[in-house]
Amino acid sequence: MFKPYSALALAKHALSPDRPWPRAWNSPEPKSSYDAIVIGGGGHGLATAYYLAKNHGLTNVAVLERNYIGSGNVGRNTTIIRSNYMIDGNTQFFEHSLKLWEGLSHELNFNCMVSHRGQVVLAVSPAQLDTFARRGNIMRLNGIDAELLDRGQVMKLLPYLDYSKDARWPIYGGIIQERAGTVRHDAVAWGYARAADTLGVHIIENCEVTGFVMDGDKAVGVETSRGKILAGKIGIAVAGHSSHVAKMAGLRVPIETHVLQAFVTEPVKPMVDHVISWGAELFYLSQSDKGGMVFGGHIDGFNTYTQRGQFPRIQTVAECAVSLLPLMSKLRLLRHWGGVMDMTPDGSPFIGRTERPNLYFNGGWCYQGFKATPASGWTFAHTIAHDEEHELNRAYSLDRFEKGRELDEFGIGNWTYKQ
Amino acid sequence: MRIPCPHCGQRDVGEFRYGGDASKARPAHGTGDMKAWHDYYFLFDNPKGPHDEYWQHVLGCRQWFKLTRNTATNEIGEQP
Ligand SMILES: Cc1cc2nc3c(=O)[nH]c(=O)nc-3n(C[C@H](O)[C@H](O)[C@H](O)COP(=O)(O)OP(=O)(O)OC[C@H]3O[C@@H](n4cnc5c(N)ncnc54)[C@H](O)[C@@H]3O)c2cc1C
Ligand SMILES: [Zn+2]
Repeated sequence: MFKPYSALALAKHALSPDRPWPRAWNSPEPKSSYDAIVIGGGGHGLATAYYLAKNHGLTNVAVLERNYIGSGNVGRNTTIIRSNYMIDGNTQFFEHSLKLWEGLSHELNFNCMVSHRGQVVLAVSPAQLDTFARRGNIMRLNGIDAELLDRGQVMKLLPYLDYSKDARWPIYGGIIQERAGTVRHDAVAWGYARAADTLGVHIIENCEVTGFVMDGDKAVGVETSRGKILAGKIGIAVAGHSSHVAKMAGLRVPIETHVLQAFVTEPVKPMVDHVISWGAELFYLSQSDKGGMVFGGHIDGFNTYTQRGQFPRIQTVAECAVSLLPLMSKLRLLRHWGGVMDMTPDGSPFIGRTERPNLYFNGGWCYQGFKATPASGWTFAHTIAHDEEHELNRAYSLDRFEKGRELDEFGIGNWTYKQ
Repeated sequence: MRIPCPHCGQRDVGEFRYGGDASKARPAHGTGDMKAWHDYYFLFDNPKGPHDEYWQHVLGCRQWFKLTRNTATNEIGEQP
């Protein structure tokens, strides 16, 4: 429907500034029914709708977004992508996601600015470096790139860190995944929205789901702020509000909602070429194309739906930043913000069927949902279209705790604050 | 956010440790009822609204206490 973006189109528009770019996607009125509805117009919901249309030929589909596209976590995260996982189930899923990132700008005809700048995780003890070696070996056995770095190699790659003898956490080495990196997060939402719309999907903004229409046990539609909409199949992909929406269908899920903050400094000249993660405390940093240092740490530590963070977390994260990169003490913080996220007991997500026929669930993304976006949409679309899990999301079932199949990859679920 | 400690009064949230949902009842021991323990341990009500919860004034008097906080606004109401 839309003309593809190209260098030629760019030149034409540059030469005739009086002709503005057309809207990237339509804004249709909701129909009274669809073959499938996806609740939540974040990265995951939009990717799901796109792959429903692209991979499964389902085009009578609507995405219902309470707010505007890009208003949720897809536009609030620190944009890190990687696939350095260790537990079967996670490893294959996140590697599939990274592979999809590699071709995404072409796939969507939208420049997502995927930057494979590499991620270095720093070891602050010899024992930690040993665990990194183990992680690297498992990754390589799965065909994923990983290199162990000694202290000298880290000093060459990241010369601006604190290597002095006074460093609170001396750096013993690290591990690098060269294919990891960052992506322009808004572009992912806009790119998937435009590509899904082009295939016939309805993107409906300002449409909040307030309840389900049930036929006995079966979900057959939704009540929304814009009226009742019936659907053959319904997928929930509402990030921080997953348990809130699931509850409307009578489901209790292993999820608690927490706020995670992110920070950006004033812009400075290019210095940090990689994504850096730290072994001493959960802390991650990269430098944006505009020059700001973008960084973050742990969740605040108590369940909340407020999208604003508390001061003690700002202090801790700033302490991490200065301890690792002393020069950060000279930079001014430009902005900080929060996003509400689903936290699960083991830190891993859920994608799958629910006990309600026709109702599918995607949530519990904790700190790691942005990198998961393409594979999450890919596998969730498969699950919805076939009423069956894809082999890549079989480990992400809602009943895995009942079955004793936790996926405790990093020990960073919502329990860390309770210890 | 400030937390009202029943002993010390209003103090910054940084002085406290969060103890989670105070409305959950621990299942009886020794019944072999795994489902009850699963639900107690792994499922959360996670309301968007009033939430009864535990806090400990860990950097102060170290007392544990309960309060009700609205998770949509972080407003703290009466102590239950
Ligand atoms: C500060 C921060 C930093 C992060 N950093 C990273 C990172 O570096 N790497 C990484 O991989 N992940 C990161 N994450 C996690 C990642 O951003 C999320 O897991 C992911 O974006 C969640 O999926 P989403 O994009 O679909 O969510 P969202 O964009 O939040 O989409 C969910 C949508 O559902 C809508 N919704 C909610 N309720 C309803 C309703 N009743 N009806 C209709 N619509 C509704 C919301 O308005 C929202 O737009 C970070 C998160 C935060 C908050
Ligand atoms: Zn006290």
